[in-house]
Amino acid sequence: MSLFLQLSNISKRFGGVLALQDIDLTLEAGEVHCIVGENGSGKSTLIKVITGSMAPSPGGQIIIEGREESRLTPSRSVACGIQVIYQDLSLFPNLTVAENIGIAQHLGGLHAVDWVGMRKNARVAMDKLGVSLDLDATVAQLPISGRQIVAICRAMAADARLLIMDEPTASLSRSEVDVLLQLVRDLKKKGICVIFVSHRLDEVMEVADRVTVLRDGRKLGTFPASEMNSRKLGLLMTGKEFDYVAEKKAVSDGPPCLSVANLSRAGEYADISFELRPGEILGLLGLLGSGRTELALSLFGMTRPDSGEIRVNGRAVKLRSNREAVASGIAYVPEDRLKHGLVLDQPISTNLLLAVFKLVVDRFGMFDRRKTTAVVQQWIHDLTIKVGQPDDAVKTLSGGNQQRVVIGKWLARNPGILILDSPTAGVDIAAKDGIYEVVKRLAANGVAIIMISNEVPEVLYHCNRVLIMRNGRLRGEYQPNISSEQELQEAVNA
Amino acid sequence: MREAFARFRRSYEFWLLLAILVVCVVLSLTTDTFLTMQNLLDLLTTNAYTGILCAGLVVVLIAGGIDLSFAAVATVSQYIALTVANAYPIGWVGTILIACGVGTALGLINAVVIYRFRMVALIATIALLNVYFGLLIVFTRGEWIFVLPDWFTNGIALFTVTGENGYSYSLNLQILMLIAAFAGTWVLLGRTNIGRQIYAMGGNPDAAQRAGFNMFRLNLIIFGYLGLFAGLASVAEAQLARSVMPNALIGKELDVLAAVVLGGASLNGGVGTAFGTFLGLTLISVMRNGMILAGVSSYWMQAVTGLVIVAAMSLTAIQVRRGQRVRGKVGAAA
Repeated sequence: MSLFLQLSNISKRFGGVLALQDIDLTLEAGEVHCIVGENGSGKSTLIKVITGSMAPSPGGQIIIEGREESRLTPSRSVACGIQVIYQDLSLFPNLTVAENIGIAQHLGGLHAVDWVGMRKNARVAMDKLGVSLDLDATVAQLPISGRQIVAICRAMAADARLLIMDEPTASLSRSEVDVLLQLVRDLKKKGICVIFVSHRLDEVMEVADRVTVLRDGRKLGTFPASEMNSRKLGLLMTGKEFDYVAEKKAVSDGPPCLSVANLSRAGEYADISFELRPGEILGLLGLLGSGRTELALSLFGMTRPDSGEIRVNGRAVKLRSNREAVASGIAYVPEDRLKHGLVLDQPISTNLLLAVFKLVVDRFGMFDRRKTTAVVQQWIHDLTIKVGQPDDAVKTLSGGNQQRVVIGKWLARNPGILILDSPTAGVDIAAKDGIYEVVKRLAANGVAIIMISNEVPEVLYHCNRVLIMRNGRLRGEYQPNISSEQELQEAVNA
Repeated sequence: MREAFARFRRSYEFWLLLAILVVCVVLSLTTDTFLTMQNLLDLLTTNAYTGILCAGLVVVLIAGGIDLSFAAVATVSQYIALTVANAYPIGWVGTILIACGVGTALGLINAVVIYRFRMVALIATIALLNVYFGLLIVFTRGEWIFVLPDWFTNGIALFTVTGENGYSYSLNLQILMLIAAFAGTWVLLGRTNIGRQIYAMGGNPDAAQRAGFNMFRLNLIIFGYLGLFAGLASVAEAQLARSVMPNALIGKELDVLAAVVLGGASLNGGVGTAFGTFLGLTLISVMRNGMILAGVSSYWMQAVTGLVIVAAMSLTAIQVRRGQRVRGKVGAAA
């Protein structure tokens, strides 16, 4: 097989930090290659070198289809057929599918738009992939999976020879992932290379030929994908072994602190009944759109159920707003912590105090420095948040630490019930482990926890019980010690 | 064809057009002055200044920007162009070229300040409007220009037609400029690659940059375009007022913004059309005209205009929210 891309001795230094160190990488025509590594391992820097938006330090060599590219620029890289699909897809939501695919037609000096030619090119690109979408629909009307197909079509329209996809499966459901993987297999047959970039050990492994693991800017090796499993990869990526076992964890058999009976809300979820006991971690496993987040929002008083009953500590409650939910001892950590859980530009300390402003003031209603410092110190310590200074802005923290700040914000109120919506979305393995530790410690202290997730291992290894949600309904209860990953995976995708 | 009509039926413009028709029918039935050629021509003439600015501002809004300095830019352009016209025989072409040149130049300054210093456009243009207007007052000591060349005060009249009732109707300078402005924006936005780049930039600026658009050039184009139209509008206004008053135009910014937003453009960028903007302008002007004809106190006009905008925006917001809930349903059923 011929080599499409060959990198040798690629290094990149930012100030005193070596972001990449002596990376060698080859890519054969038609190869599907995964580049995995934790946040900060150098994945994105490597991609920037390949796309020409960052020049490697002297001594490195980039060879594309046998030609040495000593000065690779972004436009040169595009001319070589290298296309990147970023995690956010970089589409224009307000423009039509045809225009998004043919966006390159709009480049250059003032000229009239060739609408007919644009539609023709879009159709050709779609035919190449064997997909069909309404050319006149705006991208905002499409589901995420459809948008991803538009992004791939755009790359095809630009004659891609190498397609680099950044975290392509992060927001897709399993059936959408299957469609994507099928597309990738078809690309492979046409001799087009695909690089998947990921910090997850996920589905894309199924179609990968080889896997390159990066850690701290170094390449640990390139391995045939068939020899890899998620345990081996996790060990390589982090240097630590994360070995979780599913076990039966004892829960107090006291009265439930939350019981939900026949809860329904039209179009979102129906006939939901379950109980939650103090100290229990209840997994709520479901895909995006299964109604899991909608249910959580109702339990937190953000939306009102049409019918059914919620009891907190045996008392029936009508939660008319999240204020009332908070007063009942319920806390909710949203999935999109950046948007709903944190004030990014504000200091860590202020964010930790957001939910308890009223509790840390003196009798004149002013902040009591001693009280605030005590609260902030306690949670930074208890949750092992790695901070430079408590007064640094939250956005300076890593994803895992940001998540701890959101959790800490609610813990400061001493909630009896904590709902965590996808607490480990977007954080890497080591940080995930830290969050699981925190969750277990909280449960041991008697907090009842609902952990919403779409990752089977996450709920299987860290929860006392698992409820599966699909199409707005609960579809069964599973015990970690007697259920297998396989069984849960099938139940959630059925 | 039928599909295109179905799409139009669902669009915001359709509802706007319907609202305009309703207001027009009511006014035609209740007053005998509304549906006369003279009133309609007057309507176009008196709203030309606002309209030309609308045609410029909508481009900035679609790109995701904002500019509140255009009234000050228009004032400066007007003052300079007509001062020169009073001193030298430059004629129509010269006057319009100078006004548009000055307007474009100030628009480009806006773009440079906003883009190069990464300033928030709202703050930057409010600051710059004070600079432009302040400097004008300093250099002119706030003096008005009452005496303008005769050819200027006489104006332009094309295609004069004398009606049966003895009145003569014609296309004047204001109407011609208004038509030219909207035609220009319509071509730019819908027919040229630059216009599509402007939509793309408003829809997703990061993606626009990654797609290889020259963002600095785009900023120069949108703010320069609005500046150009501010210059054009200033000539239309001066001819109508037959004088130049440094403080006459200031305070009109929000009227223009209101018409553009009512026309369907969003302050978040990415949406809006030349046609929609024209409809927004028409609805506001027709309502005001109707209230004048019906003898409603002018104090009411501002309040009613405001209420119409609030109503239009809330209806759109409710529609969007409904759409989301329905989409959620589809997801749950799948």
